[in-house]
Amino acid sequence: MNILVCITHVPDTTSRIAFTENNTKFDKNGVQFIIGPYDDYALARAVELKEANGGKVTVLNVGEAETEPTLRKALAIGADEAIRVNAFPSDSYFVAKQIADVAKQGEYDLILMGRESIDFNGGMVHGMVGEMLGLPSFSPVMVLEVEGNTAKITREIEGGKEKLEVNLPFVAGCQEPIAEWKIPNMRGIMSARTKPLNVVEPTDNTKLTEIAQYELPAPKGAVKMIDADNVEELVNLLKNEAKVI
Amino acid sequence: MSVLVFIETEDGKIKKSSREAISYGAAIGEVTAIALGSVSNEELASAGVNGATKVLHAADEKLNAGLIQPYTEVIAKAFESTGAEVLVTAKSSLADAVVGRVSVKLGAALASNVSELPKTDSGFVVKQSIYTGKAFVNTTLTTDKKILAIKKNAIELKTDGAAASVEAFDVALDDALFGAKITSSEKAEGDVLLPEADIVVSGGRGLKGPENWGIIEDLAKTLGAATGCSKPVSDMDWRPHHEHVGQTGVKVSPSLYIAVGISGAIQHLAGVNSSKYIVVINKDEEAPFFKAADYGIVGDAFEVLPKLNEALKKALA
Ligand SMILES: Cc1cc2nc3c(=O)[nH]c(=O)nc-3n(C[C@H](O)[C@H](O)[C@H](O)COP(=O)(O)OP(=O)(O)OC[C@H]3O[C@@H](n4cnc5c(N)ncnc54)[C@H](O)[C@@H]3O)c2cc1C
Repeated sequence: MNILVCITHVPDTTSRIAFTENNTKFDKNGVQFIIGPYDDYALARAVELKEANGGKVTVLNVGEAETEPTLRKALAIGADEAIRVNAFPSDSYFVAKQIADVAKQGEYDLILMGRESIDFNGGMVHGMVGEMLGLPSFSPVMVLEVEGNTAKITREIEGGKEKLEVNLPFVAGCQEPIAEWKIPNMRGIMSARTKPLNVVEPTDNTKLTEIAQYELPAPKGAVKMIDADNVEELVNLLKNEAKVI
Repeated sequence: MSVLVFIETEDGKIKKSSREAISYGAAIGEVTAIALGSVSNEELASAGVNGATKVLHAADEKLNAGLIQPYTEVIAKAFESTGAEVLVTAKSSLADAVVGRVSVKLGAALASNVSELPKTDSGFVVKQSIYTGKAFVNTTLTTDKKILAIKKNAIELKTDGAAASVEAFDVALDDALFGAKITSSEKAEGDVLLPEADIVVSGGRGLKGPENWGIIEDLAKTLGAATGCSKPVSDMDWRPHHEHVGQTGVKVSPSLYIAVGISGAIQHLAGVNSSKYIVVINKDEEAPFFKAADYGIVGDAFEVLPKLNEALKKALA
């Protein structure tokens, strides 16, 4: 089985978010970058499927040279080969187009990614890639079992879940509990150094949006503490101050 | 401006978030809405209250389940046949899965998590919530056709419109679009949907076990609230996964979020930071959640919650 896993290179979930250059650029100062947590689930499941069925896992990132350590980490986790499309991921359409063009070059049975990135939280690249390739797409996928040419998947719907049967190939936006995150071991880290990481240039520069300016939310006011023996006071505040009940 | 709004329904009712999307559409132009699958004419006409002039109804029963490719086809056809310039939808997992495809089909720029009305004095600029609620970005959509997915609970509902007219909208759908077969579906019946809820009561590891969730559910019932939980709680299967709130779970933006026995890890806060008011109940006065709260009680959940529930019942009676 041949699996393409698309990963984002995003700030660690504990990062303080700040901007520079008059709020037009993300401030990378002191920020640790990671594989997007949802993408990390997709990658873990891809590696499991390869271990069970044989085949190859290719990881793909659209990003500048600074994302290579993140791709190396994916290789250490168990991907066999990495591709970096050498471009700043300027909007979701642009990224989807690069992914679709890379996917056309290989015969992939599955194209997996996270349900959304944790920087822009758009959650729309899987659908775009599916449409560009004329393949079905599903999200958020929380179970993925493959048998021959068909897959059993479970997708989350609001307030529940749904099981589906689908034919390969398709695109899936993944989330937990599709697999457990994998932590690279020493052997993985050593072998990742020599696995191929191919850099390709973007095929198309179309983008449909432009970033004008970032903003931070207004800081939160101080918390009002209420005595545990005086829950009536909380009820009073919710009713008369916050006016939410 | 001609606007098409995609309406999602739940148990035969238009979702609140779709009503917010209609209200958003009505604030920027003339709204035609599109609804798919079985739903009554009367319910659809009520979209007018929120500002829709007309509702197109693709009533084919095959569309009762939210199948991504058929939905893409119907929505794109409706967009073209109404000559719409903007497609507006609530941000939801179904909309996410569908509108990315629609955007490619139409060549329309797409902005997700939109939290305010657009600014149109120079170009078409929308404010989007990003970094899981930790920041915003103002984005210019540069194409003529545009798609906006609206953050839930961010837009004030318009409620003073008249009934909308309802028209059948028939689209010939190729069988190939129905390649995915739904084999089973599991759904909590009658509960308030977490992503839509106006009030959420959420429990963490501090509740010690699934058998103790009664106090959370009682409080939720009193408030007409949805129940949520922290990630370890759903990881341990104390609660179903769709209740998991946070960075890797559901992002909520209710008017009131009540967190009980949750420490307030940054990844949990990421899912709740756009709540209007946050109440934290935790026995540890050092719990980081208090820093993100509006109101806090230091105390044992097993003692505080029943008392709070009684006091609320009295106040709401
Ligand atoms: C990449 C990544 C993504 C993550 N995504 C998420 C996410 O989406 N959502 C999420 O929730 N977590 C997420 N986490 C996990 C997160 O870091 C925390 O581990 C988790 O939120 C802790 O859950 P908790 O507060 O229920 O448990 P704990 O941290 O164990 O806190 C339990 C709290 O209960 C209090 N308590 C105990 N007994 C009582 C009592 N009787 N009465 C009142 N209070 C009591 C304690 O004082 C404590 O504050 C993520 C982590 C990572 C690394």
